[in-house]
Amino acid sequence: MRIPSFFRIFLLVVVGLCLSPVLRAQDDLLSLLGEEKPKKQRVKYAFKSSRVINSHSMEFINPGTMDFRILHRFGSLDQGYKNFFGLDQASMRMSFDFGLLHNLMVGVGRSTYKKEVDAFVKYAPISQSTGPGSSPVTVALVSGITMDGLPWADPTRQNYFTSRLAYYNQLIIGRKFSEALSLQVMPTVVHKNLVQLATDKNDILGLGFGGRLKLSKRMALTWDYTYVLDGLPDGYYNPLSFGLDIETGGHVFQLHVSNAVGMNERAFITETTGQWGQGQVRFGFNLSRMFQLKKPKLD
Amino acid sequence: MLKKICLLCGITLLAITAVDAQKFFTKTGRIDFNATAPSSPEKIEAVNKTVTCVLDAATGNIQFAVLIKGFTFERALMQEHFNENYLESDKFPKAEFKGAITNNAAVNYSKDGEYAVTVKGKLTLHGETRDVESPGKIAIKGGKISASASFSAVLGDYKVEVPTLVSDKVSKTAKITVACTLEPLKS
Repeated sequence: MRIPSFFRIFLLVVVGLCLSPVLRAQDDLLSLLGEEKPKKQRVKYAFKSSRVINSHSMEFINPGTMDFRILHRFGSLDQGYKNFFGLDQASMRMSFDFGLLHNLMVGVGRSTYKKEVDAFVKYAPISQSTGPGSSPVTVALVSGITMDGLPWADPTRQNYFTSRLAYYNQLIIGRKFSEALSLQVMPTVVHKNLVQLATDKNDILGLGFGGRLKLSKRMALTWDYTYVLDGLPDGYYNPLSFGLDIETGGHVFQLHVSNAVGMNERAFITETTGQWGQGQVRFGFNLSRMFQLKKPKLD
Repeated sequence: MLKKICLLCGITLLAITAVDAQKFFTKTGRIDFNATAPSSPEKIEAVNKTVTCVLDAATGNIQFAVLIKGFTFERALMQEHFNENYLESDKFPKAEFKGAITNNAAVNYSKDGEYAVTVKGKLTLHGETRDVESPGKIAIKGGKISASASFSAVLGDYKVEVPTLVSDKVSKTAKITVACTLEPLKS
């Protein structure tokens, strides 16, 4: 029997129509909603902590959190066995940092070295991001103050409270180049109200360098160095540190070796007496414990 | 005569396909993620309220997509670790499910009611795709469809490592609960 040509076309159409939902079923249903527009997104986790080792890092702690930090610096390794390679002595700093916004944090700390109290504000007007209108770098500003708590060196003369104070201002320009590598430079100026000698300068200019190389998901190699451009008195050296960050759930351990003993910008940039070449380096660690002060509502 | 019948059949068929092709969607669905180990002192749980879902009522095909960065934890540090160490959201920003309701014929989308369904498909998480089957529920009320399901995913299957150091807190199996309210998609 000869099927009329019109009927043949009709059959084709019917078969086609019947098949079409099946064919379309293979389609990506989600694509029906259209492509999502790329959004500007901040690049996070450039460093495991808000400090590289001694220096501030380009990273901020999360808003609503408090970072309780305990820092130890031991004696220099060249003391040998009689002081157990420096471990018999320890200098420490305890501090509390608070995350206010994703780009704003404040902190206060106290060091045993010079019984010094310090405080800072750190703010990033520009955060590294991806997507439209993004920035390749984070630009952050740190402004801090330190207060020497020792008895006056010369109580016989007229002493002013302001003589205890020093200030530092720092610009951090940093970039997370890849999941593994982050680098930053930090031009810094430290101002001391009172200096030891009349020939010493009150303003000390430094250029800092910091970096991180991730070795695994929870371990990273870190380093920071400040090259003092101007104002470093004789007998003082540039601070250089190498460290290992280890993350264990709620803690970050930052183990390191450094020629610096100071744990605030004034102390480690302008008063580092150790020399790497002479073996005057010391073991130290930073321990960071994060507390969530303000919890977001999940429901 | 034959021509007329054919035409009529064709039109009817077109109309049926048009109706049956009805699709439903949302961009504000919810997924709860819970990987709290029984002995854990703290809850390891997160919520994401920007889940995208499309359901094709004609075929029962259903697909979900969610951005890993959209999960919110109570503790910011957990969220950081979830993104950086566990699910590596920079490398694998999305999780997706593509599957179908196996007993779709039992669901009458044009009438209010509740139906127990089985969903079967492929879940892509952390760049790994695995077969998943889960019981779920479809509820139809006033033209809107509520779809919900709850299932467990073994994190190791998706190459999400849980270090022994935190194994007393983070469970090796995550409970995933999905709840979406779908609206008709106008195409």
